[in-house]
Amino acid sequence: MSGFLVAVGLLLAGGLLAAAFGRRSPGLAHRVGQAGAVAGAAIGLLAAIRSLLLGERANLLLPWSMPGGGVHLGIDILSAFFLLPVFGLALLCAVYGRTYLTHHAATRNPGSLWLHFNLLVLGMALVVTARDGLLFLLAWEVLALSPFFLVGYEDEKAGSRHAAWIYLIATHLGTGFLLVMFVLLGQLAGGSDFAGYAPALAARPELVPLVFVLALIGFGSKAGFVPTHVWLPEAHPAAPSHASALMSGVMIKTGIYGLVRTMTLLGAPQAWWGWVLIAIGASSGILGVVFALAQHDLKRLLAYHSVENIGIIMLGLGVGTLGLAAGSPLLATLGYAGGLLHVINHSIFKGLLFLGAGAVQSSTHTLALEQLGGLLKRMPRSGFAFLVGAVAIVGLPPLNGFVSEFLIFVSGFLAVAEGSGRMAAGGASTLVALALISGLAGACFAKVVGVVYLGEPRSAAAGAAQEVPRAMRGSMLVLAALCVLIGLGGPLLLAHLGPLVSEVTGVGIATTDQALLPMARALAFAVAIFVALAVLASGLWRWRTRRLALQGVRSAPTWGCGYSAPNPRMQYTASSFADPLNRQFGALMHVSREIEMPRGLFPGAARLETESDDPFHHLLFAPTFRWLDRLLNRAEIIQRGHTHIYVLYVAATLLVVLIFSILTL
Amino acid sequence: MESLPGIVQTLGVLTNFALLGTTRIGGCIRVLALQGLIIGSLPVFLRSGDLELRVWLLVGANVLLKAVIFPWLLLRLRARTGFMREVEPFVGFVGSILFGLAALAFATWLAGSINAALIGRRFVVLDVAIFLILTGLFLIVTRRKAVMQVLGYVVLENGIFVFGISTVVATPLLVELGVLLDAFVGVFVMGIAAFNINREFADVDIDKLDALRG
Amino acid sequence: MKLLVSWLLPLIAMLAAPLLIGLINRTKALVGGRRGAPLLQPYRDIRKLLARGAVYSDTGTWVPQLGPVANLAGLVLALLVVPLAGVRAPIAFPGDLVVVAGLLGLGRFLTLLAALDTGSSFEGMGASREAYFGALSEPALFLALAALVRVTGELSLSGAYARVDTELWANAFPVLALIAVTFLALELIENSRMPVDDPTTHLELTMIHEVMVLDHSGPDLGFIHYGAALKLWLIGALLIGIAVPVRSGNSWLDLLAGLAGLTLLAVLIGAIESLFARMRLAQTPQFIVAAGAFAAVALVMALR
Repeated sequence: MSGFLVAVGLLLAGGLLAAAFGRRSPGLAHRVGQAGAVAGAAIGLLAAIRSLLLGERANLLLPWSMPGGGVHLGIDILSAFFLLPVFGLALLCAVYGRTYLTHHAATRNPGSLWLHFNLLVLGMALVVTARDGLLFLLAWEVLALSPFFLVGYEDEKAGSRHAAWIYLIATHLGTGFLLVMFVLLGQLAGGSDFAGYAPALAARPELVPLVFVLALIGFGSKAGFVPTHVWLPEAHPAAPSHASALMSGVMIKTGIYGLVRTMTLLGAPQAWWGWVLIAIGASSGILGVVFALAQHDLKRLLAYHSVENIGIIMLGLGVGTLGLAAGSPLLATLGYAGGLLHVINHSIFKGLLFLGAGAVQSSTHTLALEQLGGLLKRMPRSGFAFLVGAVAIVGLPPLNGFVSEFLIFVSGFLAVAEGSGRMAAGGASTLVALALISGLAGACFAKVVGVVYLGEPRSAAAGAAQEVPRAMRGSMLVLAALCVLIGLGGPLLLAHLGPLVSEVTGVGIATTDQALLPMARALAFAVAIFVALAVLASGLWRWRTRRLALQGVRSAPTWGCGYSAPNPRMQYTASSFADPLNRQFGALMHVSREIEMPRGLFPGAARLETESDDPFHHLLFAPTFRWLDRLLNRAEIIQRGHTHIYVLYVAATLLVVLIFSILTL
Repeated sequence: MESLPGIVQTLGVLTNFALLGTTRIGGCIRVLALQGLIIGSLPVFLRSGDLELRVWLLVGANVLLKAVIFPWLLLRLRARTGFMREVEPFVGFVGSILFGLAALAFATWLAGSINAALIGRRFVVLDVAIFLILTGLFLIVTRRKAVMQVLGYVVLENGIFVFGISTVVATPLLVELGVLLDAFVGVFVMGIAAFNINREFADVDIDKLDALRG
Repeated sequence: MKLLVSWLLPLIAMLAAPLLIGLINRTKALVGGRRGAPLLQPYRDIRKLLARGAVYSDTGTWVPQLGPVANLAGLVLALLVVPLAGVRAPIAFPGDLVVVAGLLGLGRFLTLLAALDTGSSFEGMGASREAYFGALSEPALFLALAALVRVTGELSLSGAYARVDTELWANAFPVLALIAVTFLALELIENSRMPVDDPTTHLELTMIHEVMVLDHSGPDLGFIHYGAALKLWLIGALLIGIAVPVRSGNSWLDLLAGLAGLTLLAVLIGAIESLFARMRLAQTPQFIVAAGAFAAVALVMALR
């Protein structure tokens, strides 16, 4: 706990100092801000790892001067597990951040950027360790506000401002639900400490579904469940890339943390919870990847993929909940293990992909897919790291994405094999949803990697790209190495997930270990196969290279089917690549097409422009807010602008309150 | 084989999917004939013991009507109203198949719930019946051509028939024949109406009737 | 003895897989009234390619060279996990079905990247189609596997297939028949056979798989052709495991039954290719979804 507190202190100090120096000496501000972030995150990470390895729980209880609540921080296995990505990714993003900012955003005030970055990490760390309702809400608010400034850092652009406002409104709408939930819990328990919530709810079981729904909406909007995901693709692309990586990689996971923590307070789950979670998982997963396929902007596409991966996490948690409700500890263990492991895995490869996008942005100053191309030749190392991240996010062996998806697939098959009709149907839905998601994710990332890094550059900017500096490359390569390590070390990791799953689900540690050990063994076989794959592949490669050295290798232009003057613009574009899939799922999306066909015998210029809007934003939220706007405009009559009317309002209100309190005395 | 009723049910379900996914009207009519044969012969497989003459009469009448007469009427209707080949649905074929899957899941769940709530008696092929009814309704609603709408009506009637025999209770022969007569008259009248409309508005496709709106 | 035969199985697969392609081509030729190439021609083709030099596109990086190598390695290793009828695979563990799907997916992903790295619009088009059809066939594959898992109660391929004997066929005929149909459809889809794709077309605009490998040559192309044969064997084995319920207990007899089944499958594919025209490209997704629907009906039947 003391390590954690030191970490928090360093983050705060670094941020404040950076803000102080921001205008006068930007270089110093950068250094101080980064130092605070790196040192704080490193110490925090060490503390979390130590806590997990030693199996320690820590508790800190301090009173404060506000009425109600107290400073109650605790680090148990769940909190330490979530602290790993918080501090780990923050560390790597901070290392990346200074170089990125000095290259890309040299004219911005570094003080503000580092202050809010550090506050974001601070907020996340406190949210994950808070054990008091009021403290949790305070930390949640810090967590909500600091990204607002990060998202809107390019505030001269209307698009950035718009994104920042959308983000702020969305997070506060979600917080509203959380406020109601915590007030309700506080009333029931007679205090705001978490320790009082579980017994209070056990005494009033009829309120449990209400609390579940409130938590689902409140935390779900932060996590990015469909349909409350509309802020994600607006906010994440607008922030600077190291912050986007942190937001997409860890901030949305605090929503998952909140939901899981609430579920531990609610006691034994009911079956319909599992169905709801699976439905949310399937819809977020499939819709997330379908929308991602239609995007032209690299970061917006990656943001939609975060929605998809949250869906995958919920599929795992949903199957686990079904298992808990049906009294199958094996199913519960596997489902939860898969879902929770995917939390860590996603933060690693999503962080990596966003940092990669930042590298692309820093080198070519554009994120439009149709302007990029051939970057692997020009940025070999960061490109390689991005490729590793892409293979990981699609869930292909031998990387870490495969390990968590393997667990979720196996839990689905287990539900199908041994469950009753309903549970088997739930398992089958999970399998179909996850299979479709993986297939579509594979298509989408083939598009991204193929269009951005492979082929010929489609614009001069892409042609002139340079490799990014070592600090940026280094963070990416560390994350890529983690992908490989967790992928190959999956069995070992799995064997140690028992205590975590036990704490989250309430299933005994002996049972969870017993459930996870055969899976770890099975995965060990799989890893052995993957290692053999790597050995065989390298053997084939060497044989082939030696063979070709004898026979001769030539280089020639790509076969253009006889066309005499191919140019890079003739390559398949990202939109064309995704077009068949976009048409297939066209009913789900809202695509506007502008087309100018070539005319005449010898075709001249032609144009095709497609714009895909998020249908939830377009058809659900935007009209609702416009209606609200019209409604509230009518209330303008109250605001006449004359101060004596306002004094009249205040006096009238006071009078009414006085009369009311006298009457109820 | 104990699973013979299961095989027949599976074939019935598959004919439904074939109707949802086939792109040509002629193909749909042929699948309808096959479905008529399978559904018509269900009573033979569902009732155990020696079968009375009336059951064989019923089966014979059903098969004759649904596997021979209705498809023939539909083919005639198609020939007389412009001989269209393509189905041209409002909802695409992939969407139709996905609807079929959803309807099958719903029918299975509903049949399971109903059977669980009944004490003593079980309705045997209830899920196939519900699935047929839903498919018939879907075909009527989402197919543009009049021929396909009549086809959907026949599928609906098949579903009602299966619903009837799923109770495995002997109903009077008169009632069963009455249901058949009703279906026969329905198809016949619709066929005549379609033919006459087409004859009246000779060069207008029967499916563009909404042009008559005032 | 069983262990010996199990470990022999991948070796036999690696030796005999190109023979399946030879059989398919011979059947097509005979149905078409020609004599056709010798049965061992695919071996000669692969050997010829392996002995040649290569021409690489100057647009590409190391990615087009990695694609065929990794794809082939993945398929060879998948052979270790897929049983053939009554012969268990050498390696079996719960969840190995996911590993097989993962290895196939890895091969497909790297092949897509290899195609896109050449910067050719035709190869991009082929990659787009392959990605599209691959995304739609994953759910179909998993639904079929789910139905198999439900009806056998086993979580590993070898365990599940070991239980598909004549008794299971008698009890669950509709389910197994539908699963077999789904696997046959997947065999045609994944290996780009008619009616999904014409392997002998010369027009790049109509190709799916063949166009993705236009800029590969020499040993890489040899790896690709050999890998295609292995993939045919793999998915064929998934089908034959269901269609041939010979579980005599004698491993050699089971092996023989499985090999006979694969031979008949090759002839069947050749017959299908000769008798059916290629579907319109817009109809292929319907075909894949229909295959998935078959598997879904199988699962629903199995759940009753």
